[in-house]
Amino acid sequence: MTLPETIRAAFVIARRDFTATVLSKTFLLFLLGPLFPIIMGFMFGGIGERIDAGRTPPQVAVISSVADFEALQAARQRLSPLASDRPFVTLGRAAPDGNLAAQRSALLNDKATERVGVLDGGLARPHFTGAVDADGATVRQMHLFVDEARRIRAGAVAPRGPALAVTLADSSSGSLAFARQLVARGGQTILFLLTLLLAGMLLSQLIEEKSNKVIEILAAAVPIDAIFLGKLFAMLAMSLVGITVWTAAGAAAIAYWVGGGLATLPVPAVGWPIFITLMLVYFATSYLLIGGVFLGIGGQASTVREVQTLSMPVTMSQVVIFGLASLAVGQPDSREAIAAAIFPLSSPYAMIARAAEQDAIWPHLAALAWQILWVALILKFAAAIFRSSVLKSGPSRRWPWQRRTASAALARQYSGK
Amino acid sequence: MLRQAHNERGETALAAEAHGLVKYFDGKRAVDGVSLTVPTGSISGILGPNGAGKTTTIRMMLGIIDPDQGTRRLLGHARPLEAARMVGYLPEERGLYPAMTAAEAIAFMGALRGLPIATGRARAVELLEGRGYGDWVKRPIRTLSKGMAQTVQLLGTMVHRPKLLVLDEPFSGLDALNQEKLEQLIRDQAAAGTTVIFSTHVIAHAERLCERVAIIAEGKVAFEGRVDEARDRLRPIVHLRTRAEDGPWRAALPADARCVAGEWRFELPEGGPEPLLKALLDGNAGIETLSIERPGLHDAFIAIAGAAAAREMGSAAPQEQAA
Repeated sequence: MTLPETIRAAFVIARRDFTATVLSKTFLLFLLGPLFPIIMGFMFGGIGERIDAGRTPPQVAVISSVADFEALQAARQRLSPLASDRPFVTLGRAAPDGNLAAQRSALLNDKATERVGVLDGGLARPHFTGAVDADGATVRQMHLFVDEARRIRAGAVAPRGPALAVTLADSSSGSLAFARQLVARGGQTILFLLTLLLAGMLLSQLIEEKSNKVIEILAAAVPIDAIFLGKLFAMLAMSLVGITVWTAAGAAAIAYWVGGGLATLPVPAVGWPIFITLMLVYFATSYLLIGGVFLGIGGQASTVREVQTLSMPVTMSQVVIFGLASLAVGQPDSREAIAAAIFPLSSPYAMIARAAEQDAIWPHLAALAWQILWVALILKFAAAIFRSSVLKSGPSRRWPWQRRTASAALARQYSGK
Repeated sequence: MLRQAHNERGETALAAEAHGLVKYFDGKRAVDGVSLTVPTGSISGILGPNGAGKTTTIRMMLGIIDPDQGTRRLLGHARPLEAARMVGYLPEERGLYPAMTAAEAIAFMGALRGLPIATGRARAVELLEGRGYGDWVKRPIRTLSKGMAQTVQLLGTMVHRPKLLVLDEPFSGLDALNQEKLEQLIRDQAAAGTTVIFSTHVIAHAERLCERVAIIAEGKVAFEGRVDEARDRLRPIVHLRTRAEDGPWRAALPADARCVAGEWRFELPEGGPEPLLKALLDGNAGIETLSIERPGLHDAFIAIAGAAAAREMGSAAPQEQAA
């Protein structure tokens, strides 16, 4: 069959698959899918925030004279700008009552106050007792408080000279490289997640045709290549519909909630318009490459159970590919990055990272040509395997697992009459 | 009644031909050197018990699978898929997308064979309404009965008006009424110039419809030719009742003549009916009834494929045989 005829036939199959998927009620759930983790994130974020907001910093009881306690409080006050999101422990004074051991024990066991420890001995012989990590934040803070209080007590000279002048720059080489690495990792991760979530569906694409026996009608009318091509492009089109909806919703959310909108995001090396275009194109090639492999592997399975069994190793192999591609971030000209760009399955991930970090366009054109060539090769190979093992045509080539499972049933069917 | 087309040299044009097709499955020779010729415009049957190799032969001829040995041509094309637009195929394992409506399913099958989808939709409605199934047009396949879905699929095989219609066990699963309708549909298609090939394990359908049959048993073609030729392989059977139980006329009967419940049955001797009649009359046999019956395709099948194969076909679908 000629190429135009194969493409025409692929279009007929793609149109059927696309409309069957997009016009089904479940497609709405598919579109709403990404909302669930976002809603969960907001829910748990809100709960965590409330818990955090309601939590007062723990207290350390200080058994000391008033003067020592005030010196410690002053030290704490002075150091408090260094505290991060979690404020320093608070200090509460307890006047010495003569029996230090009993007082210390009583303070530690006092359930009325959330107390993590007791400091006694004043500034002269400070001693901390508490159920905390020896190298943890509380102990480190207590060291700082004691040192600073001693410095204040010693009458250290107050700072002199002009205050630090601060000038803010838009970017520096360090911050730009870091921002672009963030974009590179973000782009890779989005590409990986989309491919992981969407290409996996191709594993089970031929199960429908096999189970309802339509496969023979298709195989008698059009080349197997056209069936594979049609199914792959139908699912790609369906995925692109979803991505368009999600991207539009995401952009609207950023514009609404993030001050300054999209302009606040770091600019990739090739600029946002080209970067977004490359994201879409590399998603398409990544989807077609990995989807072609999945379609070929899934084509060997004859039951949903077999597809489920295949899902885990297939997902793990995707993670390995993503790991290979992530080596490219931060060092786009390294051997690892070039290897990841050449290996067809990791090439889209490696190249989107390059787009974030380097502004040259020609490597992307070369990479796209390379990836499209591999899409064609993978589809051809998958179709040949399908013909020889499932339709039992041509030289015998079978997967090890298929010898016992998928082909056994089909062999009976096809050799029966 | 053959309506075969001829080429410019007056030779019978062939819609399909196969030469020495061989197919192995897991080391077993499922099809063993099958050769077939299907003249253009004919109704041809591929006859054989389950497991004989009929479906594999059809799949090889259509290009769904490739033979391990041998060649085939379909409507003049050595690569059968190149003729796909001119072929309609009803597989033995019926299959449709359950969510599609009947009209969409028919149009989709036409589109696979190159028919524009809009034309396919229009023709689907015509085909359904023309047969009184107008209310099926928008019904999803999943809501149709098995027989209804089979009819939809059959219409889907002819929506693009193919030159060659290949039907694998088309009568299987149909009730007697629908089998009769299908027989008429096949005759109508043939009358319109479409070549029809169908496989069956029900001899009665082949006998009623086919001009040519190929009898396949154990992967090999045991006979290929006109139905008449198959039947002519056997001598006519004589059924005779006489008033006299014995006499000199008995010498005219063949040695293997059998008397069952007072009726003699034997093959008509080589000399024909006249010498037999003369001997019966001269010998005062007292003829009560005498009939000479031409053997049917079933008898020919037993003679060609063997009694075991015939029993297998008979037991495979007793209801269909009865139909």
